[in-house]
Amino acid sequence: MDFTTLAGTSGEWLRGAGPEADIVMSSRIRLARNLADFPFITRANAGDRAEIERVLRERILAIKDGGPMTYVDVNKLQGLDRQFLVERQLISREHAEAEGARGVVIAENEQVSLMINEEDHLRIQVIQSGLNLDNAWQTINRIDDLVEQQVTYAFSDKLGYLTACPTNVGTGMRVSVMLHLPALVITRQIDKLFRSLQKISLAVRGLYGEGSQAMGDFYQISNQITLGRTETDLVKQVGDVVPTIIDYERKARDFLIRESHENLHDRVSRAYGILRTAQTISSEETMHLLSSVRMGVNLGLIHDLEIPTVNKLFIYTQPAHLQKITGGELDTADRNIERARYLRRLLNKEERGGDGVNQN
Amino acid sequence: MKCQRCDKPATFHITELTGGKPQELHLCEQHARAYLTESESEQTSGASLAGALAQHLAVGQTAEELARLDQQSCPICGITFFEFRKEGRLGCPHDYTCFQKELEPLILNIHGESQHVGKRPQRSPGNTERQTELIRLRREMKEAIQGEEYERASKLRDEIRQIEQAP
Repeated sequence: MDFTTLAGTSGEWLRGAGPEADIVMSSRIRLARNLADFPFITRANAGDRAEIERVLRERILAIKDGGPMTYVDVNKLQGLDRQFLVERQLISREHAEAEGARGVVIAENEQVSLMINEEDHLRIQVIQSGLNLDNAWQTINRIDDLVEQQVTYAFSDKLGYLTACPTNVGTGMRVSVMLHLPALVITRQIDKLFRSLQKISLAVRGLYGEGSQAMGDFYQISNQITLGRTETDLVKQVGDVVPTIIDYERKARDFLIRESHENLHDRVSRAYGILRTAQTISSEETMHLLSSVRMGVNLGLIHDLEIPTVNKLFIYTQPAHLQKITGGELDTADRNIERARYLRRLLNKEERGGDGVNQN
Repeated sequence: MKCQRCDKPATFHITELTGGKPQELHLCEQHARAYLTESESEQTSGASLAGALAQHLAVGQTAEELARLDQQSCPICGITFFEFRKEGRLGCPHDYTCFQKELEPLILNIHGESQHVGKRPQRSPGNTERQTELIRLRREMKEAIQGEEYERASKLRDEIRQIEQAP
């Protein structure tokens, strides 16, 4: 796979379209599957892993009606390329950092990825732009059927799909939506929301960064239970709660516009100003400011910028993407300089390309 | 016996197995609860949730029962219950059968249910005994090769081929 070409494009799910795309960044579903005739990864030695990788790779690539597919041998990649795939959400951090034979099949314009030898032998993932869970489920269900025609999955009548960790057993399914909730963060209502979601056994975590403080105000909401409910029930469980959260976020934005319009507009404009003029900037500060800018675009406080551009910047200003674009390994200080240069170039170009009316 | 953290009688006897050496803890109810929730809150991912719950299972078991439980191993992949408790990950599909008694309360605790109602593979999964047998035979073959028992290894290889090629 040509990573330089890939670095020039962006995944379909970043296009910022789809229902409720101003607040719902993406909808994601993953299925955990294992081959019936091999031990799980913890008990698999190097030979087993190589065999699992070979069997799954050959069988998946043999699927005819799946459209064009690309296979990436993650084990052979340089650290920077692995990090690049993580930033793009095509593989997990754990998969990037693991050892031994492993890889990923990428299809359907980066909306589909099949990780081989992650925590389970196979992790199928579908990501779509906006709130699109039903569609994501139909897609992943079809892919799962196609793979299943080629291999025998570990399955029991009682416990369903058998997984390395009992927390995934049953459907092996994790349904999640990525939400951009800056107004709930500003109005300090986010913790309250988390507590109420946890009560109905939904998990919440930040997209980037560590701990509870999500960088860029992105939060991922997903099901915790995987056994004893059907896949469509699980899709519904997560999907049903999203409109309520969107409503809370919209109300919080309305409140900010109504009660402190100048403060909000000031916050957005300053963020935009810094991003367009900074000479050196960290990844963390970039995320933080982009979050305000993203909300500003959605609220009509910034007119000369498009949401897909902002979405793209969240990904492209991360370390591995930045190094791919600039074409070499950089230390933190040089990355911060290059990041500022990249932001200035993209945001000031956008201004010329846009209607250019609002110069703030 | 007194609680190690206060003067109340120790009613909980916990064997901590996550460090290098097993560590015995004797605590009163209050301190045991504090200790367990403390180690739980550090662990947020699903896998460590299973690990934490598996640790929980061990509470209230006598040291003897626990030691016996930990030594149980899967005849197919060889993982011991102790290794599962430590890692939070199982070794092969057969573990769900051979550790069924131990896993059932854990699974119920995580999911609140114990019966799958979702999707099933369209094709019949075939003979699962045959599939797990393959895992065991491959493992035995590797052990035979490591132990330089080449005659046994070649017999095992023939057996594996026979099963793999059977319809």
